Amino acid sequence: MNSDVTSFASLAPAYPEMFLALAALVLLLVGVVVNKERSVLVTVGAVVVLAVAGFMVVFQGADGVLFNGVFISDSFSRYMKALVIGGSALAIVLSFSNATENGVHKYEYSVLALMATLGMMTMVSANDLMSLYVGLELQSLSLYVVAAIKRDDARASEAGLKYFVLGALSSGMLLYGASLIYGFTGHTNLQEIVVAIANEGRSIGLIFGVVFLLAGIAFKISAVPFHMWTPDVYEGAPTPVTAFFATAPKVAAMALLVRLVMDTFEPITRDWQQIIIFLSIASMVLAAFAAIGQRSLKRLIAYSSIGHVGFALVGLSSGTAAGIEGVSIYMAIYITMTVGLFACLLSLRTVDGYVENIDDLAGLSKERPFVAAIMAILMFSLIGLPPLAGFFAKWHVFLAAIEAQLFVLAVIGVLASAVSAFYYLRVVKVMYFDEPVARFQAVPGELNVIMAVTGFLLVTYYFTVGSPLASLAHTAAGSLL
Amino acid sequence: MGLEIGLGHYLTVAAILFTLGVFGIFLNRKNVIIILMSVELILLAVNLNLVAFSAHLGDLQGQVFALMILTVAAAEAAIGLAILVIFYRNRGSIAVDDVNMMKG
Repeated sequence: MNSDVTSFASLAPAYPEMFLALAALVLLLVGVVVNKERSVLVTVGAVVVLAVAGFMVVFQGADGVLFNGVFISDSFSRYMKALVIGGSALAIVLSFSNATENGVHKYEYSVLALMATLGMMTMVSANDLMSLYVGLELQSLSLYVVAAIKRDDARASEAGLKYFVLGALSSGMLLYGASLIYGFTGHTNLQEIVVAIANEGRSIGLIFGVVFLLAGIAFKISAVPFHMWTPDVYEGAPTPVTAFFATAPKVAAMALLVRLVMDTFEPITRDWQQIIIFLSIASMVLAAFAAIGQRSLKRLIAYSSIGHVGFALVGLSSGTAAGIEGVSIYMAIYITMTVGLFACLLSLRTVDGYVENIDDLAGLSKERPFVAAIMAILMFSLIGLPPLAGFFAKWHVFLAAIEAQLFVLAVIGVLASAVSAFYYLRVVKVMYFDEPVARFQAVPGELNVIMAVTGFLLVTYYFTVGSPLASLAHTAAGSLL
Repeated sequence: MGLEIGLGHYLTVAAILFTLGVFGIFLNRKNVIIILMSVELILLAVNLNLVAFSAHLGDLQGQVFALMILTVAAAEAAIGLAILVIFYRNRGSIAVDDVNMMKG
């Protein structure tokens, strides 16, 4: 358990994090020295740094427990870190062409995004309540600033304020839970907590702690009833920032949740299972119905992401290896769909600015057939129609739930999915069957590439990335149990 | 007959502080600064919990944890106030009822 650091080589499992931390500080210095209104160097540098960190995670990963047991690196953490890094890098790329009008052209944005990614990687690798908290806060504090980075915009600053207040509250609840768990087990190390729970059994104080801890994390993944901030923050923050919020942090918090419940709270599966099932059903059902009345595209995406978190939690509810596998696959497909969706959103610009409402998409198929086609693919994939990737995402989690005898949950999930088809299909209907109203401007090159790649991956999922992804997720799930 | 102050008393005080903090966030309709104070109250309740458990268990980890929370709480307050300042610049008010541009 305790690994004394004897040489630099013994730190190999933490190399990606150390590299990212140093590189973020170097880029901060570069930004200060260059001192320009817009620093392309820092932005491109941040993407390169993330690419290198991703390479280190994927190809040079080493298993191990470091720093007196607060840090763990295994297949599961590496899988999730690859998703987190990919999501962050793509979110920065999405902001390339439109940074200035969205207020994210300042070099601080890229540096903060790197810091947030470092926090997420720490969360994914946390093996102690302390490192869990510090990682979570590094991520949250960076994201609070990022939400309000468009300083002269009233809506962005309101989004930042709301995100900060509810984020701070959720951190407080998580900490209160952590303090109770520490008090009633006597340990902060996750591995020692499992042993303590297995030996001493469950106590009411421990259950209270678990409930508070899960409530805090439910805020971060925006599961109902802790979702209130999501639509407001997604709507108020600049679109590239929303793209960042909707991808990497969700994956990191989900990875943290999976590790906690499947590993640390494994002896009290019956207790946390009820909570996760409740969160899952509430998220799926509320998102399906609340999204129907939305006119704003970003609010629609917010409710859609709440719903998808609910579907991912269906897999986790099962408490089995198949469930973890399902969640892992779901998060990978969710990230792909979300990045594609935001690439579409950012490429739809009229002379008046970005498209905000669903009705502004009218006649998109005539004006921009390519964007409309990709958007339609994304909508069908978000519904979960075969043979698109979204279908396989849901198939894995529902299969895990049925294998674990959670029939009611699976049925509710399928019904919620059917209801949600209404609002996704309405977007397709507006794009293809309504009369054009707006003249759209030219689409920047890199957005075209991202849209084409995500569209291709979602359509050919079963024949291309499907089975390699499933085997990676299988290895990842295996390392947790 | 003196009253022995034990773990239970500390936990009760911390629980009351925590509840006050949470209610301070949700019931307060006046000023965002009060929300920031409530957040601090929550974090201090957690610190009290951790130190009390640490003393009770005879284990130092809880106090290390409390020190980490103190540090992060300072950073959190700084960021919260900074966001509040830009909010004030844009809207000219820090009343909770004015944080209402987005709804639904």
